[in-house]
Amino acid sequence: MREMIRMITVLTVLCAFSGGLLAALRDGTQEKIENQQLEFVKGPAIRNILKGSSNDPITDRFKIKDGERERNIFVGRFGGKPDTIVFETSGKGFKGDISMMVGVNVTDDKIVGIGITTHSETPGIGARAQTDPRFSGQFKGIPLTGEFKIKKDGGQVDAISGATITSRGVADAVSDAVKTYGRIKPSISDKLNELK
Amino acid sequence: MAKTITQEFTKGLWKEIPPFRLVLGLCPTLAVTKSVENAVGMGIAVIFVLVGSNVLVSMLRKIIPSKVRIACFIIVVATFVTVVELLMQAYTYSLFLKLGIFIPLIVVNCIPLGRAEAFAYKNSIIPSFADGLGLGIGYAVSLTVLSAIREVFGSGTFYGHTVFGPSFQPFNFMIEAPGAFVCLGLMLCVMNFIGKKG
Repeated sequence: MREMIRMITVLTVLCAFSGGLLAALRDGTQEKIENQQLEFVKGPAIRNILKGSSNDPITDRFKIKDGERERNIFVGRFGGKPDTIVFETSGKGFKGDISMMVGVNVTDDKIVGIGITTHSETPGIGARAQTDPRFSGQFKGIPLTGEFKIKKDGGQVDAISGATITSRGVADAVSDAVKTYGRIKPSISDKLNELK
Repeated sequence: MAKTITQEFTKGLWKEIPPFRLVLGLCPTLAVTKSVENAVGMGIAVIFVLVGSNVLVSMLRKIIPSKVRIACFIIVVATFVTVVELLMQAYTYSLFLKLGIFIPLIVVNCIPLGRAEAFAYKNSIIPSFADGLGLGIGYAVSLTVLSAIREVFGSGTFYGHTVFGPSFQPFNFMIEAPGAFVCLGLMLCVMNFIGKKG
């Protein structure tokens, strides 16, 4: 019996100590980790979309409540005015989710660019959606309204040959961004007005 | 019977060098040795975990009841591994992206657990520290050597710097999985050959 109690005590104390230590460490590093993730995973796509902005979109970000979720909104200043925002959206690809960033000009609601951050598409085929600017460039300048579809489905986007499902996923993600943008636009405008 | 501290330290560098002599921790050995940078990162993580867990287990060896010792070792090792994982994410994120799943898997590779059971639980703090440090460095050196061979021949670079001229055609086989097995096998063979002679 005494041995039993001793085993339980030692294990409990050890677990509690280790749990406490890790929780403290996690608290201490959480912000840093989040910054690193933004920088390395989403940073390249965001910076590419907001090329030529006068600020650093990763430091100039804010959070907006969209229903249950909190969304990171990255702000790009062009000519001194914070008129472009980038936010995240996603669609179903050939092998998994495709996460992307979509940049929108809030004054005329037009897409300034899209960029894929993470995906698990086939290298050399679907993965070209991330690397080939001829595909992602198509979205530039299109008003962010209505539904985006590839030409095969009667839409406006040229699919990548051999990667219909990936292209469809990207178009779906942009359509999803239209809905999100519709929901969060009022709160974004408020925030941007504060920044001016 | 009583070995000196130096002996505890140096045995990890040759006589009990983990991947080649103990043939332990092979999963990350095969997986992360595509480039020297990854191997060095992995090596440093293992040194930290091994030294930390060895010292702590040795400190607690009098109060850990032997019936639940394995569970206690696992908690200690897992704590150190999670510390490494969090620190790596916070400070060297690009390395974390490359090593990925192999950092948490240090918990189940047998080196830290094996040393805790075989050495630290029976010895006092300073020899345990030397043992952990020696084996950790031995492991890191093995990974570095293996990855240097694979990287130099497989992609023609060393730590990201080009070694051969632009006309070098990389021997892709070396950086793929079968290349890892072949390379490890050849190294084991060389190690055994030298070991027998000496």
